[in-house]
Amino acid sequence: MSAVIVETPRPARSVEVETAVLDIVENALRNARHEMDAVVLRTAMSPGIREQHDAFPLIADRSGRMVAGQFGSFIDGFLSAYDGTVEEGDVFFTSDPYACDGAISHANDWLVLLPIYCEGALVGWAAMFGHMSDVGGKVPGSLPTDALSIHEEGVIVPPVKLFRAGTLDQQLLDTVLNQVRLPSWNRADLNAVLASCRTAETRVRELCDRFGVDAYLSMLELLLERNRQAMAKLFRQVVPEQPVTFEDFVDDDGRGEGPFRIRCTLWRDGDRVVLDFAGTSDQADGSINFLLNENVLRMFFGVYTIMAVDPLILFNDGFYPLVDVRIPEGSLLKPRRPAALSCRTHALGRLFDVLAGLLGQCRPDFLCAAGFSSSPHLMYSGVDRFGKWFQLYQIGFGGVPARPVGDGFDGHSMWPSFTNVPNEYLEAYYPLRIEAYESVPDSGGAGLHRGGNGIRVAYRFLEPGQVSIHDDRWFTKPWGVLGGEPGQRGTKLLERTDGSQQVLPAKCDHVAVRPGDVLHFVTWGGGGWGDPIERDPQQVQEDVERGLVTTEGARRYGVALDGDGLDRDRTRALRAEMAAAGRKPLRFNRGGTLEELTARCLAETGLTPPRDPSLTRVRDEPAATPGATETRRPVGGARREIVRPGGAGERPQAPGNTPLEALVYRIARQVTGR
Amino acid sequence: MYRLGVDVGGTFTDVLLIEEATGKTRRTKVPSTPQDQSVGVIEGVTRVLADAQVRAADIRQFLHGTTVATNAVLERRGARVGLIVTVGYRQVLHIARSFVPGGLGGWIVWDRPAELVALEDVREIRGRMDFRGEEIEPLDEQAVRAAVHQLVDRGVDALAIGFVNSYANPAHELRAAGIAAAAAPGLPVSTSAGVLPELGEYERTLTTVANAYVRPDVGVYLRNLSDKLVSEGLVGERRVLRSDGGLMTFERAEDIPVSLLMSGPAGGVAAAVALGPAAGYRDLLTLDMGGTSTDVALIEDGVPVIRRETTVADLVVRAPSIDVQTVGAGGGSIAHVPALTGALRVGPASAGALPGPAAYGRGGVLPTVTDANVVLGYLPRALLGGAMPLDIEKARTAVGSVANGLGVSVEAAAAAIIDIVNENMLGALRLVSVQRGYDPRRFALFGFGGAGPLHANALARLLGSWPVVIPQSPGVLCAYGDASTGVRAEANRSLLRPLDDIDEGRLQREFADLAAQITTEFDRADVPDDARAVRFEADVRYHGQGFEVSVDVGSSRHEALIPKLRSGFDEAHQRLFGFTLKEQHEVVNIRAVGVSGAERIKPVEIEQGGRDAQRALIGGQQVYVDGGWQDASLYDRTALRAGNELRGPAIVVEMDSTSLVLPGCVARVDRLGNLLILPAEDGVVS
Repeated sequence: MSAVIVETPRPARSVEVETAVLDIVENALRNARHEMDAVVLRTAMSPGIREQHDAFPLIADRSGRMVAGQFGSFIDGFLSAYDGTVEEGDVFFTSDPYACDGAISHANDWLVLLPIYCEGALVGWAAMFGHMSDVGGKVPGSLPTDALSIHEEGVIVPPVKLFRAGTLDQQLLDTVLNQVRLPSWNRADLNAVLASCRTAETRVRELCDRFGVDAYLSMLELLLERNRQAMAKLFRQVVPEQPVTFEDFVDDDGRGEGPFRIRCTLWRDGDRVVLDFAGTSDQADGSINFLLNENVLRMFFGVYTIMAVDPLILFNDGFYPLVDVRIPEGSLLKPRRPAALSCRTHALGRLFDVLAGLLGQCRPDFLCAAGFSSSPHLMYSGVDRFGKWFQLYQIGFGGVPARPVGDGFDGHSMWPSFTNVPNEYLEAYYPLRIEAYESVPDSGGAGLHRGGNGIRVAYRFLEPGQVSIHDDRWFTKPWGVLGGEPGQRGTKLLERTDGSQQVLPAKCDHVAVRPGDVLHFVTWGGGGWGDPIERDPQQVQEDVERGLVTTEGARRYGVALDGDGLDRDRTRALRAEMAAAGRKPLRFNRGGTLEELTARCLAETGLTPPRDPSLTRVRDEPAATPGATETRRPVGGARREIVRPGGAGERPQAPGNTPLEALVYRIARQVTGR
Repeated sequence: MYRLGVDVGGTFTDVLLIEEATGKTRRTKVPSTPQDQSVGVIEGVTRVLADAQVRAADIRQFLHGTTVATNAVLERRGARVGLIVTVGYRQVLHIARSFVPGGLGGWIVWDRPAELVALEDVREIRGRMDFRGEEIEPLDEQAVRAAVHQLVDRGVDALAIGFVNSYANPAHELRAAGIAAAAAPGLPVSTSAGVLPELGEYERTLTTVANAYVRPDVGVYLRNLSDKLVSEGLVGERRVLRSDGGLMTFERAEDIPVSLLMSGPAGGVAAAVALGPAAGYRDLLTLDMGGTSTDVALIEDGVPVIRRETTVADLVVRAPSIDVQTVGAGGGSIAHVPALTGALRVGPASAGALPGPAAYGRGGVLPTVTDANVVLGYLPRALLGGAMPLDIEKARTAVGSVANGLGVSVEAAAAAIIDIVNENMLGALRLVSVQRGYDPRRFALFGFGGAGPLHANALARLLGSWPVVIPQSPGVLCAYGDASTGVRAEANRSLLRPLDDIDEGRLQREFADLAAQITTEFDRADVPDDARAVRFEADVRYHGQGFEVSVDVGSSRHEALIPKLRSGFDEAHQRLFGFTLKEQHEVVNIRAVGVSGAERIKPVEIEQGGRDAQRALIGGQQVYVDGGWQDASLYDRTALRAGNELRGPAIVVEMDSTSLVLPGCVARVDRLGNLLILPAEDGVVS
């Protein structure tokens, strides 16, 4: 099977190109890519696209290599697998991660792919995908924690023609939209994605008109080659021939098993860089699997490496042949169909912590701590008093880690262009109030450079409904580096109107809430960088005045404060004492081994520790064909909720004896102001 | 009677005196006085009045573009602001919607600028409105009082109040402002609903804080200037230019100084609005290229596109401004070739005024855009009427470093630098035109600023925007803009309702309320009744979208507005994005915009001449174009006559700028003295 390109044959001619003209085309492609973003953001309806900018553009050359964009090109794979024609006016559409090598990684991402023609010849491709708020399936938002296969995660559209030679397949579209809960949003979002591809099409055609098709295509070759050469130089500077290894974890799969290991070894062999994921855990039963496209990883790796050197380099596929990516089949990062994929966000995010850990070992001046490496979500849905269906999809933000250049940021995003949805917007459109929106003091890891704090958002629900949560780093800690301490983990606390308080698991669905209930969604902080006792005490005191560090928290920096401010004598004494205690600054501080974290888990988090999947699991062979009937064991027994009812309407009067009680007390104290 | 236009730039303060009856002008340039801009202004004013032998009492209007607010933000030396917020929202500006600029991994290198208000100067107060404006919890007035005292004790010199949902009901904010006024008399207070009654707690609070931040500086400056002007006998109306290109009274400016942040660039666009249509071109792209950056904007049918936000460096606030896109591309932009990629980059780093381009001979050695222009022969041997010679050898040496990096000749390297800087400006021009759904080919390109006239012809070729219009004295145009625009006022309200749920009568009443606010402001500015015009706009979107499109529903309140909003939005959506939806329309904000008809300055016509421009010819030099050297003629702009035609390649020199006419193009001088550049094949209509 392979796609047949229908076009007017034209002899390919290579054309001499001046550097300046090449730079013009490079700039023009970069502008076109930004235009694609602008169009999709302004017209989409899903908050995930509008505010979180969960939509990714791509402009590719004739053979499908990315020349501008943000996700690795899969078009080559698509062309070889697609059994049909490609004609002018066609628009392809898919939401099947398994059918595009993971170019999209869950069924919520709808991908549009448009061949660009000029003078009857195929000159390139435009593609864009966006995260739909809902694509059907078993839970609102289509990100079910307990799914055992992708078939529970909503409608899956194989690569099909949405337009055939310029004509929309209305029946196809109607059929797909009939599967989802908010069809009007999907319709708008799909239009937005399509409009943005059309924009790229127009720009590429203009470039072809301006410079000629031959010159344009020749220039793309040169751009790819220029990038390859630049990256080869860069890799030789950054990546050693001696292998370095790093690993990090996704805490659990929402079914009681975990943590899942992501392990990667990096080395260089001549000009070629190898990223080998041998040692990564097997795929999970639950929906945390991340179908990782090799090109996506190449892009991530390239971008990270390039960041400090020449941020104006246009990312393209040129350097991809230099990077060898090895991912074991059947692992968390290369699950077999039909493994569930919807909640892959944590594995995706954690990959960046792993890359940071690898590159930081190659170049210590580049070493950042672990940060808010995920996009945890909250869903709240139901039928309001007017009989209207509401469905909220919120993404959480957290602590950016401390960096070689300075502190991390409190309650920020580590993904490009993400912003929160204004709370006033939420209050106007959903039956809830946001009673607090602030970073959590001391949640960032202490260090010479302080890790950014996580955020506490207090949602007061005003209508009965159900809540789903998908978060992580409740069990393992965001590690600090070079003597910096780890950041605090995330937690979810539900306060009922009767005064009872309940720690919710980081991943749960179908939690019933009543009017008046308050959910404290607390995210994790970033790790610290460098030895905290080297931080300027003045700076620590300022952090305390700003409410970012508490007086007790200042002691982690060896800083003593009294009512009037800095107590210099006690600070000096405290620091001397800490220095004398023979502390050894760790390169990576994870806050304990897995065994230690397991032992302390219940006491510290209020949740039972996850079970090691390699010990407890009897793996069923997944069904090989799509559409196979689900035969897995039913969900159950995995729910771990600890309910700690307080006295009716009362708040804890003093910090409790266990860390959990202290935690609950602290959060409650913040809410009530007493 | 006369009017005075005064524009304070980074280096010079321009003062333009206009005789209203004849349109005759006289200008003066004095050095700017950054410590206290009013010193330079008064110096310029007294000088121009003395030169023209005009009495201060005969100045009917003093019209002023100022960068006081802009500089306070850029240099982070505004007021120490205290902020009072709803409990739970202390960090609303600190978290800043969680946004980190840059691409993937941008957080690794982001150097976050200092916040306008320090977290230790933020206080939380109990009291809550819901989104309908209904009180859920009463305001804790005692706590407000205590917070104001605390903040004053800490040394704040301006107060901002931003409560959640105040856009729906400002009662708590107004009450808190009242308490603050009583507790700390004289402390300037800005309330968020007063500054920006729109949904979005972060943007509204930030805009309010920015307002408070620049308020003392602007207030002191304007009051000081006012006093000095009055003591000079200048008692006429005093107005200042808003970021959206309209004027407002000094008093109003003190209340909402946040609307002055782009007063500077707005002056140039206002001048284009006055001069373009007078030359017969109502659809214009403006290109204002200076030493470090270039501002571009779009004017459609004589009206500039207004955005709902203003950007100054890293600060983005919700205050209306002309949709000016700024790129870091100017005469001083530095070219370099990074070793890693071997690609040629130009800007955004700039050689600035010092050391400046290598050709200026002030110690600069890095190759700049100006140096490339010198190498290519596009600039005369000396600038400023001969007062400032250019060092060609130094320019060639500087550009030579780029030539070595690229492995090409010095001329080819210079041409490449010009191509890249033009491409950067092209990106900005496309942003305001193509990306907003406008076809640049139906716009004329209005080039000004020190370097705009040098690059405009090349950009017109790339965009297809003909003719290039280069006004007289293009280097000092802003003062003319300040003096030639009208008063502007806006009144807003967040509505946030589906269009289907709004009844026509209610909407009419809402607009009438907003119109009444405009009337009050017009009254205060003494705008004559017959010069007043009010039109209405609504920000509309499909229910569920996150961005709105402003729909102009005109000035008549006698026709049904709702159908107009619906069709107007659909048309705009189709134009901008290429599709419409069958979704419900939602009205987010409504707005009344009052504009007083500018009291037009009568344009002065220059002397008529024939096609032959021989009398203005002052010499010739070689220019490097399209890969080779050609002979170009040099003309003295002041000697040109209406009807003269200049065949490219030609260089037109004047005191403050140099214009380049490329081969294959012809420049004609129109009756107002503008240069109109067109491709030769299109012929020149005389």
